Amino acid sequence: MKRFFQRRLPYWQMYLFMLLPAVYIITFAYVPMAGLRIAFQEFNITAGMNGSPWVGLYYFKHFLKAYQFKNVLYNTLSIQLYGLCAGFPFPILFAIALNSVRSVRYRKFVQTVTYMPYFISMVVMVSMLMQVFNPLTGIYGAISRALFGATPMDLFGSTSAYPHLYVWSGVWKNFGYDSIIYIAALTAVSPSLHEAAMIDGANRFQRVLHVDIPTIMPTVVIMLILSAGRIMSMGFEKSYLMQNSLNLSKSEVIATFIYKKGLGSGSSNDYSYATAIGMFNSLVNTIMIVLVNTIARRIGETSLW
Amino acid sequence: MKDSSAKPHMKTSGSDRRFYWTVEILVALLALIVLYPLVLTLSSSFSSGKAVTTGRVFLFPVEFTLKGYEEVFKYQKVWIGYKNTFLYTFGGTFINVCMTLICAYPLSRREFPDRKFFTFLFTFSMLFSGGLIPTYLVMRDLGLINSRWALMLPGAIGVTQMIVTRTFIHSTIPESLVEATQIDGCSFTHFFFRFILPLSKAVIAVISLQYAIAHWNAYFNAFIYLSDYKKYPLQVFLRDILIMNEVAENATGTEADMLAERQGMADVLKYALIVVSTAPILCIYPFVQKYFVQGVLIGSLKE
Repeated sequence: MKRFFQRRLPYWQMYLFMLLPAVYIITFAYVPMAGLRIAFQEFNITAGMNGSPWVGLYYFKHFLKAYQFKNVLYNTLSIQLYGLCAGFPFPILFAIALNSVRSVRYRKFVQTVTYMPYFISMVVMVSMLMQVFNPLTGIYGAISRALFGATPMDLFGSTSAYPHLYVWSGVWKNFGYDSIIYIAALTAVSPSLHEAAMIDGANRFQRVLHVDIPTIMPTVVIMLILSAGRIMSMGFEKSYLMQNSLNLSKSEVIATFIYKKGLGSGSSNDYSYATAIGMFNSLVNTIMIVLVNTIARRIGETSLW
Repeated sequence: MKDSSAKPHMKTSGSDRRFYWTVEILVALLALIVLYPLVLTLSSSFSSGKAVTTGRVFLFPVEFTLKGYEEVFKYQKVWIGYKNTFLYTFGGTFINVCMTLICAYPLSRREFPDRKFFTFLFTFSMLFSGGLIPTYLVMRDLGLINSRWALMLPGAIGVTQMIVTRTFIHSTIPESLVEATQIDGCSFTHFFFRFILPLSKAVIAVISLQYAIAHWNAYFNAFIYLSDYKKYPLQVFLRDILIMNEVAENATGTEADMLAERQGMADVLKYALIVVSTAPILCIYPFVQKYFVQGVLIGSLKE
């Protein structure tokens, strides 16, 4: 015990620096983690965490048996998977294309433009989407009337259009910013490789295939694995903002479901149930990330930690 | 960063030229797809209500007017929202940067005895969290519900930003400098103010901008924790007006106006509101773009 302190005493100033951050992380990350126990209780706000009766896995079973369970899980996974398939290759192809642009000025301009949507808030992006795709007043309606002479269907009210709207608006917002890492990897390609390929008679397209792509492959693999690990961590904001009563059967995902069960339904808020769903989601998520990170370390000798 | 492969002395063959043109046209198309909704929004905000609702705005403003903006600035809530957002962005970012620095500095030093333990404390919180309800209950116990602090204290240290800062300090401050100053009797704290702060300007710029953007665009915490509209940031009002279609009380015209004009005005108001809320960021952004790019790049470094 004495040695423990003796060893640390010379570094007391470092501990002083860490004091506030440690208090912060414990309060806002670890105390809530301890609060997860209400998932196993029938939590009653007046009785508090210590006074509420334990109910074991009741709420987890309740969620697995709930009629919304399949739907909510399916929506989350299908949209995320679709988002991965559409959103992942896009920045890579874009980075490769941009790297083949001859004029530096042009390239810089395109970069500035395509990074822009990343900085627009979700609220604003969703409302722009709603304005543009408004069948009556939006440009979508105007074009459709000009081409087919009829007012088109309301995409926001359509369950079949919803996943496409969600995913492609995400691609629009993020592909530029997501390409930064690949553009950096591409500029690191050694010029001597290109010169050697040119001497062998390779044209520019062949050099993309045989020089550019192989050199960014490690980055691509790591990024793919990392995004795969985030498949269950679907955010709340965008889904909630895009939801309406017509598309709810497709737009209700785990995050919005938790909110509605826990905070969004007034007097019938069920803290324990919402916590159980959240914990289920968190657990799956953590397992995915750890799994994926282990794979990443095996394959690419790179990992998050 | 000129394309290393396009050597001027080498003749580009026909197939190369075709390849370059195809790529350059595709890239231009993509840039247009990104730009078009933004331009359309901007143009619509300067057009008359009737032109907007009848879908006559395709590229440039039609029947140019500033009415949308007049209505927006007459709207009380926009001012409240703006003022609050400024407060949260500046206050929040200040807290963020201070907390991140004092956390990253000790963690960047190899001789810190509990370095591994504290690093784990932070990285694990990225991996697993209590989730919505337990966090809400903690906030309630701390008395932060409906408090302005609810938008500035949670998330005070972004773990990614902290690690970026730590990596930066670790890789840019030479070990020899630390040792030399220690011999001269420079303490850990003194070293922080004397060397770390001035030498970390680049990373401070990077993380400040990331934090500031996040605060400007943040909506979730305000939505969950605030109930008094006088404390709402802009994004919450934006959601009410833009997505929930809550009509601005003084934004619609008099009864004499035609229905189409009134509907149109509501649309123009929306476009103007989008511009007013987003313009500050998009105007600053091209000048600070390099810091965001740097942020991504330092983030991908391993120590």
